[in-house]
Amino acid sequence: MRPFVYEQPADIASAVAIASRFTTNDDQPTRAKAQFIAGGTNLADYMKLGVAEPNRLLDLNRLKDAGLRQIQVSDDGIRFGALVRMGEAADHAEVKRRYPVIADSLRLAASGQIRNMASLAGNVLQRTRCEYFRETSWNCNKRVPGSGCAALDGFNRQHAVLGASDACIATYHGDFAQALIALDAVVHAEGSRSARKIPFAKLHRQPGNTPHVETALAQDEIITAIEVPGLPWARRSLYLKIRDRESYAFSLASAAVVLDLAGDSVREARIALGGVATVPWRARAAEDALQGKKLDEASAEAAAEAAFADAAPRKHNAFKIELGKRTLARALLETRDMKV
Amino acid sequence: MSVEPKPRQPVVTSLKINKRSYDISLDTRTSLLDALRDHIGLTGTKKGCDHGQCGACTVLVDGKRVLSCLSFAVMNEGKDITTIEGLASRDGKLHPMQRAFIDHDAFQCGYCTPGQILSAIGCVNEGHAESEDDIREYMSGNICRCAAYPNIVAAVLQARDETKGA
Repeated sequence: MRPFVYEQPADIASAVAIASRFTTNDDQPTRAKAQFIAGGTNLADYMKLGVAEPNRLLDLNRLKDAGLRQIQVSDDGIRFGALVRMGEAADHAEVKRRYPVIADSLRLAASGQIRNMASLAGNVLQRTRCEYFRETSWNCNKRVPGSGCAALDGFNRQHAVLGASDACIATYHGDFAQALIALDAVVHAEGSRSARKIPFAKLHRQPGNTPHVETALAQDEIITAIEVPGLPWARRSLYLKIRDRESYAFSLASAAVVLDLAGDSVREARIALGGVATVPWRARAAEDALQGKKLDEASAEAAAEAAFADAAPRKHNAFKIELGKRTLARALLETRDMKV
Repeated sequence: MSVEPKPRQPVVTSLKINKRSYDISLDTRTSLLDALRDHIGLTGTKKGCDHGQCGACTVLVDGKRVLSCLSFAVMNEGKDITTIEGLASRDGKLHPMQRAFIDHDAFQCGYCTPGQILSAIGCVNEGHAESEDDIREYMSGNICRCAAYPNIVAAVLQARDETKGA
């Protein structure tokens, strides 16, 4: 591991100031010399593997700014402080009641220990588990821009069928993010230029020709809060996660579903997919396919077809298209049948 | 103006482990796990994968179960750390969870056991040991390659009932 200087800034302004001083504007946050650490579950792992090589770590856990560790609930929505831990949010009574899809997505992620450590902001920024990204002896455009992608013709069973490019097919493996993108969440960030709000759907970048550009954040920007708008009908929502083993594994396919029903028919649907795409994936074509329709097996399957219409398989991951469709269809019907 | 610190320059870190304080000089890269085992000599906490995938290194920090392999020691200054060595009382009486693991023969080789026990205590304290299914789900971060899982679940149930309200 590269040696690093460890600092504990006292507030957001000083953390940003230190980050600006030791990074330059064209650094990607993931490649910058100075990086922020909260739970460390992702970054410490990647530092051990030589994938992340900061020489300065700014520990955000001692920040004193108000609200960073709070979950604030009102009818206008929920505001999650960036340093709230995954486990705390998963167990929060109002989160479970108002937004089951959020509580599910957190509860089904990682393990009890990791959920106690990992911050919510760090969780949404977690980096891919692509084996060729994790192991530095392989070519990887995300890790070393321009070096090539060993996954394209490699063992790509875990890889993405949606949102991929010829430069990168790495999957975004998070779960919480699918709930957030379905609920039109907003991310609050502070950097040296200004404080700003980023729609969750704009936070992550599809790989295109620049897979090393993973998010919209600048190298000295810190997520301070995640805000989810109030949505009374979000009580009818869930997150379904399918994986190789029952627990403590990343998804092969997952679906976040939020439904507004009028009797049997769909007034509005919000759908996001995980485990199958390069970024948190909002399935708008599936949402449109359901609008005004009676939700039954046939319409759920039609929506699932629409969600994967543009899917592009590689040698080992074609199974994810069928698995993803069945996962979404099942999630839609289970959400319909929820007692709320 | 203070002197600019350099990478590789050891920092003195004060760690509170099992109610005892240790001031040790550490390279910032040292994980909490390596600090416990190699610098302080508390080798009860085990290193399995060293990447947060097996749970063998689980300890309690401020009462919560965490993975000591994914935490830099310097980040834990001033926190209350509990390891397997800190569970029994001074007269040698075992913690109910330790006793339960023996009663139910909840291990074979024993390598994952310290992590299992600390994780189980955290699991019960979090209120996630309500049923056998609950225990299986919330203990899934601790891998046992001898597959003593049924006996581990039985041990957690026993200790849960003994420590309720404690």
